[in-house]
Amino acid sequence: MKFGTEIVLLSVFAFAALVAAGFGVDEPFRRHMWVLFFAVAGFTAILLRNTEFKPAAPIDPSAHMDGPIRYGAIATVFWGVVGMLVGVVIALQLAYPDLNIQPWFNFGRLRPLHTSGVVFAFGGNALLCTSLYVVQRTCRARLFGGDLAWFVFWGYQLFIVMAATGYLLGITEGREYAEPEWYVDVWLTIVWVAYLILFLGTILKRKEPHIYVANWFYLSFIVTIAMLHVVNNLSMPVSFLGSKSYSAFSGVQDALTQWWYGHNAVGFFLTAGFLGMMYYFVPKQANRPVYSYRLSIVHFWAIIFLYIWAGPHHLHYTALPDWAQTLGMAFSIMLWMPSWGGMINGLMTLSGAWDKLRTDPIIRMMVMAVAFYGMSTFEGPIMAIRAVNSLSHYTDWTIGHVHSGALGWVGMISFGAIYYMVPKLWNRHRLYSLRLVTWHFWLATLGIVVYASVMWVSGIMQGLMWREYDQQGFLVYSFAETVAAMHPYYVMRAIGGAMYLSGALIMAWNITMTILGHQREEEPMPSPVAIRPARSGAR
Amino acid sequence: MGLMDKHAIIEKNATLLLVGSLLVVTVGGIVEIAPLFYLDNTIEKVEGMRPYSPLELVGRNIYMREGCFLCHSQMIRPFRDEVERYGHYSLAAESMYDHPFQWGSKRTGPDLARVGDRYSNAWHVAHLTDPRSVVPESIMPSYGFLKDTPIDVKDFSTHLIANRRVAVPYTDDMIAHANADLAAQADPNADTSGLEARYPKAKIGDFDGNPQQVTEMDALLAYLQMLGTLVDFKNYDEAAGYR
Repeated sequence: MKFGTEIVLLSVFAFAALVAAGFGVDEPFRRHMWVLFFAVAGFTAILLRNTEFKPAAPIDPSAHMDGPIRYGAIATVFWGVVGMLVGVVIALQLAYPDLNIQPWFNFGRLRPLHTSGVVFAFGGNALLCTSLYVVQRTCRARLFGGDLAWFVFWGYQLFIVMAATGYLLGITEGREYAEPEWYVDVWLTIVWVAYLILFLGTILKRKEPHIYVANWFYLSFIVTIAMLHVVNNLSMPVSFLGSKSYSAFSGVQDALTQWWYGHNAVGFFLTAGFLGMMYYFVPKQANRPVYSYRLSIVHFWAIIFLYIWAGPHHLHYTALPDWAQTLGMAFSIMLWMPSWGGMINGLMTLSGAWDKLRTDPIIRMMVMAVAFYGMSTFEGPIMAIRAVNSLSHYTDWTIGHVHSGALGWVGMISFGAIYYMVPKLWNRHRLYSLRLVTWHFWLATLGIVVYASVMWVSGIMQGLMWREYDQQGFLVYSFAETVAAMHPYYVMRAIGGAMYLSGALIMAWNITMTILGHQREEEPMPSPVAIRPARSGAR
Repeated sequence: MGLMDKHAIIEKNATLLLVGSLLVVTVGGIVEIAPLFYLDNTIEKVEGMRPYSPLELVGRNIYMREGCFLCHSQMIRPFRDEVERYGHYSLAAESMYDHPFQWGSKRTGPDLARVGDRYSNAWHVAHLTDPRSVVPESIMPSYGFLKDTPIDVKDFSTHLIANRRVAVPYTDDMIAHANADLAAQADPNADTSGLEARYPKAKIGDFDGNPQQVTEMDALLAYLQMLGTLVDFKNYDEAAGYR
């Protein structure tokens, strides 16, 4: 019977959620368990409607397993739009505070929804589906473990739903980017170990002698995130039927563990994983080999070794001991080298194919992504210098820096990979429209430029206002005055974000139409030939 | 390049690649984090620090639940402007019982490390209910619902026990009286001598102007009003911390 075991296990899972909803010791936990019950029960009902009482068709073991990747591509686009939409909403809340709706839609509960939505839901799904796409093609092997890939995909979506609904209900561990409570963390650990087994198992059964460089990055991203997640989320639950837990570490130790985690969520989730993407999709789209094999070896080992040290730069001038701050600063500056090594390796892959920048909007997107990677990994080490950090810390400058990396690098390289993969996954001749990709490219690029430059101005301005003294030696500005001064910048930032979001909506339309099998009739992009052939007929 | 050629060994062995990269990424964490747990000078000894009272802990959990830490830091850096604006720079010991820490990373609003005793309870209630009624420039959301929400705790001693398991020094006496202390701290008519002995300097009284029930507003104010008040900086010897 198709789905037989799955239906039985899911029914038991749904029943357990129902029991927990009945006996939970706190109200948010009971509500959260109702959410879990309806999610799992609904999924079970869908499987029941699709079950068949005949043996499943035999699977061709040499064919790629692309089902979970197709779902993952759709999930990437969907969560991307959701996460960016929440981002625009909270940007508007900062400009117009009356948009807060207490208690569930206050800024404090929506902000983790935005960060987790874009980092873990959008970025996570992009990593999941591209890694499974790349590993099968570079290893010439079908995914390991039968339906394990489906478990990883749906298990990860359940994690996203539980984390997101938890934030709105007020269930949080109170540490940035690690907000989900203990039971959601346990679930993610199970899913992540399954992901590691799936990925490593596929590499182990490869038919290629060498493991391709993209897979090094994906593998180190998966294993490092497992380590960071488990250590940073060690906590003591109050009850096994309650939502609350207390972190295993306190104060200084907790702060450094958290930023060791937090900075490497950037370093491994948002960098190493996406570098894996760069090393596969840029050469593929440009139809050129990776610029330097040696550089990629040095890049790989240097970046994973150095990144892990950089966490303390989030804690400059705090109660963290100076020696740890100094180590964090020094390694952050050293990190500049492998970061730019990687950028050069990505950009120079286009040697001999630079003309494609003019003709191929997907390559343009990828190149812009790598350029923003270079820009934000240049800005990051500067902000990690203690003297600079004394001004930039606690201000919007940090927010702008994060977004030039997240929107510019992570977003753009993911869009490029999605545009590359989708026509191939659904056997379409081409995308619905390349002109729409160009629109997406310009909206996204201009949106980032507006966002980042506005945040530079507001961040540096607020930092300077806080420390400004008059001639008598008094502070010039009250805190409230510095808040009022931010208003125009918060409005402009929301506009930049809305531009980026509208680009993502255009992508969602383009991808949907591609999947449905449509092709827009449009003037083709300029051909690689330098001289455009004369067109007949009047316009 | 002999060394680079040898890299092929790793490239052909997934287990070696996995173990190798895991070893390489563990080094930084071990060198930076592990010493913090046993170097004595990480946290200086300071008079006055004590675990949170039950009502303060409930308030702290509400502070986290509402994401206050996303806009308010609790970490004053040793700069002239910050010390003048917010008070003495923060000491490591002041967050030694914080599971988790709430130092924050952004000041959309001001630092709260020493907000205790700066404003009256009535000001806080007005500010949390309608921030722009008292600070016209504020962009803070409203938290009026806290006034109408009774605290949702069946047996709070379980929270103290969980904290003790992660090394917060709650005594048996504190755990036994957890629920009574929770109710007494917001009740102006209760006998609070035991509470004051267990939690010196705890703020006691009806915080939200509604003596009928203990609300989440009471708990949050009990927490905010004690922030930064435990250490008496008149008696703090700064030079003792120099090493």
